Amino acid sequence: MSAQFWLIQTLNAVAMGGLLFLLAAGFSLIFGLMRVPNLAHGGFFMLGAYLGATALDENLPFWLAALAAALGVGLLGAVLERALLRRLAGNEQGQVLATLGVAFIIADLCLMTWGGNPLSLSPPAWLMRAIAIGGFFFPAYRLAVLVLAVLLAVLLVALMEKTRLGAMIRAGVDDREMAEGVGIPVSRLFTTIFFLGAALAGLGGVIGGPILSAYPGLDTDMLPLALIVVILGGIGSIGGAFVGSMIIGFIYNFGIALFPNFAYVILFLPMIAALLIKPEGLFGRVPQ
Amino acid sequence: MGSDAPAALAVEAIDVFYGESHVVQHVSFALRPRSLLALLGLNGAGKTTSLHTVMGFLIPRRGRIMLFGEPIAGLPPAAIARRGIGLVPQGRRIFPSLTVAENLAVAAHGAATKAWSAERVFVTFPRLAERRRQYAGLLSGGEQQMLAIGRALVGNPRVLLLDEPSEGLAPQIVAEVARAVAAMKSEGLAIVLVEQNVRLALSLADDVVLLNAGRLAASGPAAAIAADPALIDRHLGVF
Repeated sequence: MSAQFWLIQTLNAVAMGGLLFLLAAGFSLIFGLMRVPNLAHGGFFMLGAYLGATALDENLPFWLAALAAALGVGLLGAVLERALLRRLAGNEQGQVLATLGVAFIIADLCLMTWGGNPLSLSPPAWLMRAIAIGGFFFPAYRLAVLVLAVLLAVLLVALMEKTRLGAMIRAGVDDREMAEGVGIPVSRLFTTIFFLGAALAGLGGVIGGPILSAYPGLDTDMLPLALIVVILGGIGSIGGAFVGSMIIGFIYNFGIALFPNFAYVILFLPMIAALLIKPEGLFGRVPQ
Repeated sequence: MGSDAPAALAVEAIDVFYGESHVVQHVSFALRPRSLLALLGLNGAGKTTSLHTVMGFLIPRRGRIMLFGEPIAGLPPAAIARRGIGLVPQGRRIFPSLTVAENLAVAAHGAATKAWSAERVFVTFPRLAERRRQYAGLLSGGEQQMLAIGRALVGNPRVLLLDEPSEGLAPQIVAEVARAVAAMKSEGLAIVLVEQNVRLALSLADDVVLLNAGRLAASGPAAAIAADPALIDRHLGVF
């Protein structure tokens, strides 16, 4: 196979990795920090895509549409945390069932509101072109997705590791009772995390829209990918989610290109290997 | 003791349950401003439970808890902390995945205007200053105890609750912790000290409250309690 094949597939892989990170970052935050296995995360992603499509129909600029969808989905996440998940603290089975129920409700409401036909989302005009790289052309939008994912990863790591807010959140995860005992409003912080994680999913839905479009079933297509990325990268680690996204991006792309019949199987192999060899994931924190 | 000024901390006839187990029964004590009260008793006497109830980790089924005359029982722990109660818990419970500096930063309140800042903690405990960028989970037991004390102090509390600060520490470190406690008291902080080391507790205390099986067994000035070996023997079994 030609060098060009490898180059194009590599670019495709990192671009998909970027998209996967936008999907998985919020899932990792919520699952990693609050131990809530949020099975509505795919629904959040799809809802973001639909909200973005509607906002674009209203002629909002692309980035504003993305922001509005993120805000809307984030608020939904915060309300769900306050009204529903808070009552199920520590009850993982209850959380799984409740978030799965929410996922079904979101899916049905989306179908009612936006119908069964896929909706396409147009990228911003200035990114609707191809960039010449080494003698071939690559869509500028996919590179922009990658850049955005890198920026977001840096921003999230800085938020968690370098700010007082991030330290307060980590303190709440280390020892919730003692964190409250030193005056940290842990319950408000956890609502904030849920807002942020859901908003990231909504943002990912819009950013992924021009590549994936919005369609019924987008939620269940994306949720397993988020799970695979976070299990591989390690729970509670943003850096791990980024590396996991890139690895899955590569495996998925080259899997489809080289072994098209086994693409989906190949996708799950690294997750199974991680669970067998290093159950905490590549960069996961071992629970104290 | 003047009867006009309210106590720094007044625990008034509290009853605390773990499920059906009545672990603190009708206990009352008053901590005078600028004084140290030692809360003594055997394991299971209800000492830690009493402190946790003051902090808001547990809610008393009956009774009141007053901080300088204001009721605090029933408030969430974060609100109680911000009203001026600091806890140095048993087992230290520092945040292991935060650095030493972060442990202090997340607990700081009013540090710019009030007495205690992270910088002052580092002056008081130079060993913490050397390790300020290390993860707190990697500190030795003595260093973790200093950090737990520093973390309570940067909240600039009006009342400090110390639960077993000497537990598991080398004698040299115990002496350092005792000096720090004495210094905090001389600065005007009101302190409740729970301590298995009775000799150490009596040497620091102004007043003593003895608990036995969840009930108040005796209370009085430290000098009077210390002069009554039979009383100590009966409720603590050792001296």
